[in-house]
Amino acid sequence: MIGRLARWFDDRLRASDFAHRALNKVFPDDWSFMLGEIALYSFVVLVLTGTFLTFFFVPSAGEIVYRGAYEPLRGVEVSEAYASVLELSFSVRAGLVMRQTHHWAALVFIGAIVVHLCRVFFTGAFRRPREVNWMIGLTLLLLALFNGFTGYSLPDDLLSGTGLRIAYSVALSIPFVGTWLAFLVFGGEFPTHATIPRLFVAHVFIVPLVLFALVSIHLALIWHQKHTQHAGPGRTETNVVGSTLWPTYAAKSVGLFFAIAAVLGAMGGLLQINPVWLYGPFDAAAVTSPAQPDWYLGWLEGALRLFPPWELRVAGHTVANPFFPGVLLPGVTFLLLYAWPFLEARATGDRSPHHLLDRPRDHPLRTAIGAAGLTFYGLLFLAASNDVVAKTFAVPVAAVTVAFQVLVLVLPMLVGVVTFRLMRRLRDSGAPDLLQVPFRTPVGAAPPEGSAARSGAE
Amino acid sequence: MADDGRAPRRILWAFVVSAAASIGLTVVYALGGQPQVEGALIGLSLGGLAVGLVLWGKHLLPHGPYVEEREPLGSTAAERGAVAADVRRGGALTRRRLLRAGLGGALAALAAALVLPIRSLGPRPGRTLFRTAWVPGARLVTPDGIPVSVAALAEGGVLTVFPEGHTDAADAQAVLVRVDPTIVRLPPGREDWAPQGYVAYSKICTHAGCPVGLYEPQARQLFCPCHQSVFDVSQGAAPVAGPATRALPQLPLEVGADGFLRARGDFPEPVGPAFWELPEETP
Repeated sequence: MIGRLARWFDDRLRASDFAHRALNKVFPDDWSFMLGEIALYSFVVLVLTGTFLTFFFVPSAGEIVYRGAYEPLRGVEVSEAYASVLELSFSVRAGLVMRQTHHWAALVFIGAIVVHLCRVFFTGAFRRPREVNWMIGLTLLLLALFNGFTGYSLPDDLLSGTGLRIAYSVALSIPFVGTWLAFLVFGGEFPTHATIPRLFVAHVFIVPLVLFALVSIHLALIWHQKHTQHAGPGRTETNVVGSTLWPTYAAKSVGLFFAIAAVLGAMGGLLQINPVWLYGPFDAAAVTSPAQPDWYLGWLEGALRLFPPWELRVAGHTVANPFFPGVLLPGVTFLLLYAWPFLEARATGDRSPHHLLDRPRDHPLRTAIGAAGLTFYGLLFLAASNDVVAKTFAVPVAAVTVAFQVLVLVLPMLVGVVTFRLMRRLRDSGAPDLLQVPFRTPVGAAPPEGSAARSGAE
Repeated sequence: MADDGRAPRRILWAFVVSAAASIGLTVVYALGGQPQVEGALIGLSLGGLAVGLVLWGKHLLPHGPYVEEREPLGSTAAERGAVAADVRRGGALTRRRLLRAGLGGALAALAAALVLPIRSLGPRPGRTLFRTAWVPGARLVTPDGIPVSVAALAEGGVLTVFPEGHTDAADAQAVLVRVDPTIVRLPPGREDWAPQGYVAYSKICTHAGCPVGLYEPQARQLFCPCHQSVFDVSQGAAPVAGPATRALPQLPLEVGADGFLRARGDFPEPVGPAFWELPEETP
């Protein structure tokens, strides 16, 4: 039956040759290549659960009196959006599991993208010929961050309303165009009734469409350019060694999809996330405390908290404080990331194609810069909880902020220098792994013979 | 890889667990649903499939390793030359400079016409950000619309207020605090803005717009829970810590003949976070 159907199509498409090559395509067997797949499969879970949610969510800021199943809020004036989320959570069968799975999947999706990006960065997989796919991947990350934010803003609860308000203020801070931009995007001075319907269209249609297109191109390019691989016996710049798509890789990869879906589904049922009924409906004159965004925006929130009280005044105009941590920092961050493959090629003069991956130690400077960057953004992420830290350890929040301000400037450099020296020693020692490096000579002592001359050239 | 003979049985068990959990899921749904049970069963049902497939791939399927050759990714000179020749065939199209300019002009005009509707997305900002609903003589009311009398607060008390008739005007929200009149130190010219120790400030943080929701009566400080800006209400709500650079705009108050608190006018400066058109602060 399947054979006859296949023949029916092949008579019309002449697909046998392609199918033969596709089924024999070789995929490297390495755990770190699963990171991108985790992101992909989280995206699939997001689309499936999100589609279910759209059938119940009402994208409207219109005010109604809540009369649903959640007793503490009965009689309270809420938006239709907020009421529909409560309805979905308490009265729609399987609704809460779907909603929570969707939210968990979003957190895992972006997490997997970030870890995947780190893998690609630290192994030099972005080098020629894969610069384009690096940039597509970064665009996917940007869109994922944006869609995460629009998604958790939709329920119109007090916490996310606060986040929207900060986003509006950041938009307002942009020189020259900020006021117009904020008014056009939000439909006027915050808060307006136009915002939620717009967020909804962006969240469920525009951005997912672009995400889907770019994910397809991302995968098509991987397919066409073939995977990179780690160096090893039999592996060269001109081959790929691993399992074929059919049957082994297909079985494992579909297995991975079910594993991701299993974990996300179990989390969706067992672990509470974003209980909007506890935050209450949005009220322009109220705020939750403490207020933290979803994890992937923590670095921006931390930057807003740490940036000193500076504001630029030029010729009767104001460049507002949130512009620097809220626009300039992410702008420069992504600009550097987009430019990295070209900056590195220029710095090293290495413009030849690479299909064999670096180990982090093979390129100590890149690894050091990456480690310093991760430290920087990691500290910003932690600083987004300065109020929680202050409360937990019973210290003044101002002191915590100052400590973070110092750390965020000092620690990345320190980590960078230590990483650089460590990687250099690791490389020069020829040790097969980190644990076998002779650590007893203190960092900073004379490196083993033969390495001093090379180190300066990094 | 190596099938030690037990793999098929384990795989089968994984699929059996999955099927049982899926049937359980159906039953739970039919009985009305229960999120925690559903989560656990989804985990088992999908997890069983995952374990079965991965074990199958690991133990019973060929592992090579297989080798695939890579072809160089750049095209050959001949291939590139062929494409260049194809493009040159369009010469007849590209040589007509006048027609080309005409096409370019038409497309540019179309693009402008298509982009302009973006303007419909929002109103002209104009002076919107420079004023609120407060007018001279407006009574202060609570979010529920109840007017605030001069006896409403004891020292250390705090209340969110709106102009009467505008409790939905988010940009007009103000925080009313009563402090010891002897310690109030307002900027020059505002000496009579705080009758009987009542001071009112815009509740919208001048940093990123969050409501300045926490009041600490001992220190007489307003605290923004979003980014920890702190404002001293006895000193004209000047920022004393955190990222805020500007004081919360103060609402001039008076006590009306009816004993209710009234505004003497709007805030003297724009409320909320700064923006490009915000003029330099008057000294």
